[in-house]
Amino acid sequence: MSVLSRRELLAAGGVVVFFSLVAHAAPQAGETRKGDQGANGPKPVAPGLPGSLSKFPMLDAWIRVAPDGKATIFTGKAELGQGIKTALLQLAADELDLPLSSTTLVTADTGRTVNEGVTAGSHSMQDSGTAIANAAANVRLLLVEAAAARWKLAVEQLGTENGTVRAPDGRTLSYGELANTLSLHVAARTGVARKNPSKRRLIGRDQPRVDIPAKLTGGIAYVHDLTLPGMLHARVIRGPSHGTRWTNLDVGLLARLPGVIKVVRRGRFIAIVGPREWPLIEALRVAGQTKWEPTHDPWPAGDLAAALKQAPAQNLPILQRQAPLAIPPAQIITARYTRPYLMHGSIGPSCAVALFDGENLKIWSHSQGVYPLRDAIAALVRLPPERVRCIHMEGSGCYGHNGADDVAADAALTAIETPGRPIRMLWTREQEHGWEPLGSAMLVELKAGLDPLGHIATWSHDVWSTPHNSRPAGPGDLIAGTELDPPLAPTPPKPIPQPEGGGDRNAIPLYQIPNATVVNHFIPGAFLRVSALRSLGAHMNIFAIESFMDELAAAARHDPVAFRQGHLADSRAKEVIRFAAEQFGWSSYRDRPGRAAGFAFARYKNLGAYCAVAMDVEVDADAGRTIVHRAVAAVDSGDAVNPNGIRNQIEGAIVQSLSWTGIEGVAFDPQHRTSFDWSSYPILRFADVPRSVEVHIVNRPGQPFLGTGEAGQAPSAAALANAIARATGERRREMPIART
Amino acid sequence: MIEIEVNGAVRRLNVDPTTPLLYVLRGDLGLHAAKFGCGLGQCGACTVLLDDEPIFSCITPIAAVQARKVTTVEGLGTIEHPGAVQQAFADEQAAQCGYCIPGMMIRAEALLRRTNRPTEAEVRGALQPSLCRCGTHMRILRAVRRAARARGGGVPDPAEPVK
Repeated sequence: MSVLSRRELLAAGGVVVFFSLVAHAAPQAGETRKGDQGANGPKPVAPGLPGSLSKFPMLDAWIRVAPDGKATIFTGKAELGQGIKTALLQLAADELDLPLSSTTLVTADTGRTVNEGVTAGSHSMQDSGTAIANAAANVRLLLVEAAAARWKLAVEQLGTENGTVRAPDGRTLSYGELANTLSLHVAARTGVARKNPSKRRLIGRDQPRVDIPAKLTGGIAYVHDLTLPGMLHARVIRGPSHGTRWTNLDVGLLARLPGVIKVVRRGRFIAIVGPREWPLIEALRVAGQTKWEPTHDPWPAGDLAAALKQAPAQNLPILQRQAPLAIPPAQIITARYTRPYLMHGSIGPSCAVALFDGENLKIWSHSQGVYPLRDAIAALVRLPPERVRCIHMEGSGCYGHNGADDVAADAALTAIETPGRPIRMLWTREQEHGWEPLGSAMLVELKAGLDPLGHIATWSHDVWSTPHNSRPAGPGDLIAGTELDPPLAPTPPKPIPQPEGGGDRNAIPLYQIPNATVVNHFIPGAFLRVSALRSLGAHMNIFAIESFMDELAAAARHDPVAFRQGHLADSRAKEVIRFAAEQFGWSSYRDRPGRAAGFAFARYKNLGAYCAVAMDVEVDADAGRTIVHRAVAAVDSGDAVNPNGIRNQIEGAIVQSLSWTGIEGVAFDPQHRTSFDWSSYPILRFADVPRSVEVHIVNRPGQPFLGTGEAGQAPSAAALANAIARATGERRREMPIART
Repeated sequence: MIEIEVNGAVRRLNVDPTTPLLYVLRGDLGLHAAKFGCGLGQCGACTVLLDDEPIFSCITPIAAVQARKVTTVEGLGTIEHPGAVQQAFADEQAAQCGYCIPGMMIRAEALLRRTNRPTEAEVRGALQPSLCRCGTHMRILRAVRRAARARGGGVPDPAEPVK
């Protein structure tokens, strides 16, 4: 990173100067220390074992069988509403030959489960699912071996079903009886075969989600619902948005307000505590009268994309593919695409419950990473990590790094000052909008050359983005840490390396192009607070690439679907595209003025799920409405464990992406965010969601899991743009693209 | 002392009459289905029935609901014996994180009490005040249509074939 300030840079003539300053960057070098989107946690100790078993090979870290034959399954991943609990139980129960009802699942808890890092990056199935399935195959084998030893029979003669081992003569032994004599505190063996897919009872079949019944009936389903004896409520007092602080807060007045029994103050961190919620909210209104000031240089008020391009950046070439050109391109085409800051926008503001008993601190949190959070909070409150336990409990859907970790730190600081009383800390709506880390604003410039036959001969992709990850790696990454006296410094941001990438996620085209360069312009000095929003840079890079593919197809006078197929070699990519086009009826669809079809495709991270989306979109200019009549997706997530869960995720991704891409954008002025609620940050409502959405799965039984949670956002964005372009003749390259 | 009727039971409460109903439901009565989402009447996570009308409980003072019937999701059915709307949401697996779903179910209940044959536009209009961030809208719509059928009615399917 250069020492030049932005002002010096501007004076020196902008980005060109900077480009030459950062010579020969090595983007692949080094590790991303800050939660690298799911692949973090400890280093593998048993590289021969699959998934997270390579890091934690002991079987009892994953599965324990009780004397009654029931199994408890452990995962370091968290339920975020994506349905992971159900899919993991299906895997375990099927591989163990147990009924689903004989299994229970313990999710991310530093006191009980292994450290699988962050539940992010669509990694849960490949990390934890793979570990649990293979651990289950190992446990099943151990049970069979124990029975074989008892009966003095060969392992091959025995079978398992419904929680019992069965001999050829009909004798049975229950798992419970066998488990009594068996230690699962042994390492998994390599090469233990999983069940043949043809013998599966649960994997690959729609399974109702185990978490849904409580959510439909008022059960204790969220950390927000957790009620502990003697619990007190708490609220934190801050400026109106990140990048501001209060200036003249009258702490004495706060302490005298009715219903406030305590004010916790540590530096600039202020929390109010009381037995009931409503008086605290009224006290917040009093505190809201306080003056505030910005804590940063003025944010760019005008052209955000221009500001991004001028900001100091690390310029990291991530692809330099060169081949001799037989003939020069017949056409050169360029385009520039932009995305504003986007909000996670969880419907429930962030919440945590913390209890300090004088020695140990326990925190219930909807964080995506209980271990990183535990370590950061331990440093924040100056306790050894082993005296802090962080237990995941569901929150409102997060879609990445929202306020979950910050509010947990707020609860922890408050609880430390209130020993013996559980503290339930809840952010306000305005605090969630104002302080959550946003999805980065981005700029992509594309340039391509078409040969005389209409093939892409040359390609360049430049992406400018602020970071996509500021997950807690230390206490200074938590808002409360920055409010202490002296304030703790945030961890300097680093790019997430390829092949997953951050701002450059999916910036490398999957298409076969002989000459291609891709440069990631990583801007470490974010303006507004940013971190991981579902799919990171993929949403923007694929929006740009797949919009551009349609622009190139039009220039080459090719059908957009055929044009894509003609540039692909990956047979699974081609199959997903073919399948989506077929299910949509692409070849028989006829565009007409104001209404047209759009198509887009991506393989998430170029190594995850394949997803193609087709949309039938009407633009009613007079009414100012964009109507999605029909969206059809095809997805290949590898081995599909709970197909209904996959459909649910992709349906959601389509609708969420229509909102992000179509109408969203964080408003701010040079001093602070001005999107502070749902009226100043509108998202899609029922009147404007599609008439219909269909998701079709290409199942690959026995193949590796590819993840699903982030596969649909990016192609949906471009499918919308492409449909609008064909319906209106107007190419919209600046999100939000459906605002009128 | 304030008297309110919640899910058929009369409750006497000694609370500040300006307290919004939501905090009484969750804090005093231990009814957790209605959720805090915004406190501003913008997102619908807190929606409950007041008599037969959906209201934002986060901005409705407890004093305003005296002598009227409040129904929360807990009043629609239980985990063992779910009501028709709850069953329809379960059958359609109409939840991702699920945080908005109690509000959605209450709006569906209010609509279906009025008519078991709503049009698609009426269904969407009834749900319009409630936000969902996971994008579960299509399943929520399917669940409401299913619940309408379960109550002897139905909603014409809005999906149209590609022309």
